[in-house]
Formats: sequence, C-alpha cells, structure tokens
Amino acid sequence: MNRVYHIALNTFREAVRDRVLYNLVAFAVLMCGTAILVGQISFGIEKLVVINLGLTAVSLFGVVISIFIGIGLVSKEIEKRTLYTLLSRPVRRWEFVVGKFLGLVGTLFVNTFFMAIGVLGAMLYVAHHFEKPDGWVLVAVYFIVLQFVIVTALALLFSSFSSPLMSAVFAFSLFIVGAFAEDLRGFAGMTRGITRWIATVAAYLVPNFSALNVITSVAHEQPVSGQLIFYNTVYALIYATMAISGAVLIFERRNLK
Amino acid sequence: MEVLLPNDMLAIEILGLEKIYSVGFWRKKPKCALRPLHLNVEEGEIFGFLGPNGAGKTTTLKLLMGLVFPTSGTARILGMEIGDPRMKAQIGFLPEQPYFYDYLTARELLEYYGQLSGIPGKEIPHKVQEVLARVGLPNVSGLQLRKFSKGMLQRVGIAQAILHDPKLLFFDEPMSGLDPFGRREVRDLMEQLKHEGKTVFFSTHILSDAEALCDRVAVIHNGELRGVGAVADLTSSVRGKLEIIWQGNTIPQAFKGFGAECHVTGDTVRAIVAEEFQDAAFAALRNAHLRLISLTPVRNSLEAYYVSKLQPVKAVAEVRT
Repeated sequence: MNRVYHIALNTFREAVRDRVLYNLVAFAVLMCGTAILVGQISFGIEKLVVINLGLTAVSLFGVVISIFIGIGLVSKEIEKRTLYTLLSRPVRRWEFVVGKFLGLVGTLFVNTFFMAIGVLGAMLYVAHHFEKPDGWVLVAVYFIVLQFVIVTALALLFSSFSSPLMSAVFAFSLFIVGAFAEDLRGFAGMTRGITRWIATVAAYLVPNFSALNVITSVAHEQPVSGQLIFYNTVYALIYATMAISGAVLIFERRNLK
Repeated sequence: MEVLLPNDMLAIEILGLEKIYSVGFWRKKPKCALRPLHLNVEEGEIFGFLGPNGAGKTTTLKLLMGLVFPTSGTARILGMEIGDPRMKAQIGFLPEQPYFYDYLTARELLEYYGQLSGIPGKEIPHKVQEVLARVGLPNVSGLQLRKFSKGMLQRVGIAQAILHDPKLLFFDEPMSGLDPFGRREVRDLMEQLKHEGKTVFFSTHILSDAEALCDRVAVIHNGELRGVGAVADLTSSVRGKLEIIWQGNTIPQAFKGFGAECHVTGDTVRAIVAEEFQDAAFAALRNAHLRLISLTPVRNSLEAYYVSKLQPVKAVAEVRT
C-alpha cells in the first residue's frame, strides 16, 4: 500500500503542477459574479439561486476535470513511456491503476473543498448569515464528490481499452445518461417483452447520478435522509470498485507497446 | 529482500521467448516481432545485444521487463520468473530515449523512484545525491526535467536505473543522445558497474561501444537470433590475410599476381594479401627498393562478424553449400 500512496501522491503533485487547480480562479470569479448579480436581480430567493448555480457549477467543473484528466491517467503514461521505468520496479500493475485513481480523487477532493467554500461564501454574501438547513448543502457537496469518484473510475476504465477521445465521449455520455437514470428506470417499467428486459439491464448498468443529485432539494432547504446518504455511499463505492476492478483486469493483460 | 544466487547461476535465462503481434483492422494478421529466443547471460558479464533498428532488441527487453507478454516461452532473471517483484527490486532498467515526469525536478523524480523501489526513506536523499554525482549531474538536482537536454535526460535515466544498487542492469541504447564525452563517461560507468560485480545487458547498434565494453555479444535481426559469441574470440581470430604498408606510391607489378587489394594514400600504400604470398611480397618490395612500414595479420572485427550475421539466412546457407 506504500507504493499506492506514493503513486497517488505523485498524481496529485502532477495535477497541481499542471495547474489543474487554476480552475478554482474561474470558479471564484463565477461565484462572485453570481452572488453580486443575484443580489441585485432577485428578491427572497437569492440563496436558492446561489445554491443551485453554485453546486451545479461545482459538479460540472469537477466532472470535466474527472473526465479529461481521468482518461489520460494511464494512456498518457503509456504514450510518454513514463510507465516503463515505473513497472520495471517492484510495482504491480494494480497498484499503479489504484494509485493513479486515488491521486485524481484526492485532487478532486481538494478542488471541491475550495469550491464548496466559494459556494458557502456566496451564500453568506447574499443571506448575511447561515441557518441550520444550510448544512444540507454539505451533504449535496458530499454526493457530488461521490459522483466524481464514479466518473473518474469510469474514465479510467474506458481509457484502459480505448483511445483518449473515445474514452472522453464514453465517459461524458454515461454521465449524461446517468443523470437521467431514474427516468430510464421509469421507462423500463412501462415497456413490455424484450424491450423491458434490455431497458431494465441498461437502467441498472448506467451509474445512477440522479440519486446523487440533491441540489434542488437542498436549495429548497429540504433535508436528506440518513438512509439515502448511506445507500449513495455504498452504491458509489461498489460502482467505482467494479469499474476500477475492470480497469485493472484489462490493464493487467495489456501489452505496453 | 536480497536474494543470493549460487555462483554458477545465470543472471538471465531466456527459454524460447516469442512475441507475435496481431495487426490489421481485424487483428487477424500475425506479425512476428521475436522468433523463439534462447539466450543465457552469465553473472558479472557485460552482454551486448546487437542488431539494426527494428531487429527485436527493444521487444526482447520489454518482454524481460514484463511490459509486454510473450506469445510463448519464458525467461528467468536472477533465478526468478519475469514479473516477480523480488526480482524487480534487484534490476535496473533504462528504456530507449527515456521520458520522465517533466514537472518534477531530478531530485524529486529519483526520490519517487527510490520510494517505489523500497529504499528506506532515510537513505533516499543521500542515495539520490550520490547517483546524480555519479552520472555527472551534481548541480542540477533542483531543476525541473522539462528544462533538461536530451543528453541530461539520458543521464537521469541511468541514475534512476542504478539508484537502488541493482545486481542486474538492462540498458536500451544507453549511448543514444550523448555527445562523445558523455558516451565515454557512460562507458566508464558501465565498466565500473562490472567491477562492482554487476551484470549489464545492453542493446545497441553502435559496434564500437559493444567492442570496447562487452564480454559477449548476440546479434539479432528480423526478430531472429543470428549468433552469440565472446568479443575476444570474435576479434582475435585471424582471417588468413596480411596487411602490408610501405612508403611511396608505387605498386610492384608482382602484387597484381597475388590478387592483392591495394590502396594508395598520400605517400603510403596499403595492401591486403593472402598469407601464402608473404615471402613473395617481401621480395617484390625489396626488388623495387620500397621501404616496408608494417606487416600485420588481418584480424576479424566485430563489424565483420555483425555484417556477416545480418546476411539473409538463405544466402548464408547457399554460401555454406
């Protein structure tokens, strides 16, 4: 596990030095602009708008980073041949994949932490104080982090067998489809025969990002149940573990030409 | 964990290693990158793996490093199977034209590799400084690798390969990208490694390097092993010819009868004649009042051996018959 830690740490260092966290500047500008604009054009729903806009931006910024860095985690190392000197050491291939994954998840965690502070800052600016229900925003942020864990794992899985461009297309498509997973399950329930069977399998295969999206409800100060927090956590961990296991299985057999 | 080997243990034992890639749109067309290779490298020797570009040298090294998987066959390195982490802790590998994480400094890169190689944390800074000095980069440890020249990167590559004091080193084209001074330094380093008891297996197509360094060489061409031999044997054998050099630019008529190859350069003539004409050649020079400068037997060179091994197999077979 020591080697996994060092690989993860180096992945984090790469992201920081490649200026990935510079997106925080763009996010800060967006949050400041939103807070000022919303304060001037809306009345009574400023906080709701800030939460909706802010958390959606956190999610989109993070997903873009997850996909565009995630697809290059392994393929870039193969293409640039940095992997050769790594795998000629006592490093197992699974340690490399898991280390890279954890490194990017760590980067996203730090990134989300600062973006969440930005959202809370904008909320404070428009409302001047925090209320108890505002704590649910943190749960929404936690669910967004769980989304990133799944998206990163998927990007890594796709990149283990396809080109970076196709991996990005697959991962982003799955993110969009996953956002409508509940609708897909509803559609499966309304169909018959083979269509029902195919739709049901597809609905349960795609990641259920709609269950991880509680932005609208927390913006309306509605609580999130402990059961949902538990189920979402277990679901995200199982889904990401399966995707990473798939990536490891493929990578273990791959010829690094 | 240190694995001690019996003295007669082979450092590398390649047993029929073969690699066939599937190419084409449907991946149904086989392309043989390496035909079944049988090769042994003994402990403590510098072994040169020679061949032109695309001969299969890098494929062999990648197979040994576990970067690609063999279609058939196997190999043992330091008595252990390919991929065994205990074996990997005792080998160092320099890939061809190495590329490293360019956002790191040389020191950070080597520290990272030290951590992955299992060097105790306290020893890493000292080891890093030591190897950087050894490869001639003592003052650039804090510089990001993106600012390094090709030759400097090659030196970093050698540093990372020897960082953890491995018993066996694999170098893929180690002189590539180095200026003559750098090449000399790397040659010296490889000789030092040999004196420290390490085994060095290196691929190259620069024959002068191989001739100067290697105990034994193997020639590979089109994925096929064409020959293995000790450099001393290959270069000491006499080809039954003499090189005669004399002063002047006159070639006695008799030399035409010997079937000699003569070359006039300035005021000296160099002739290659068969050994049986030695006395007659002397007599011809004496009669023409020409001053003999030297007479030496023509020895085989590694280049001659290499070129002979690159001939098409069919042509060689025809010559033999």
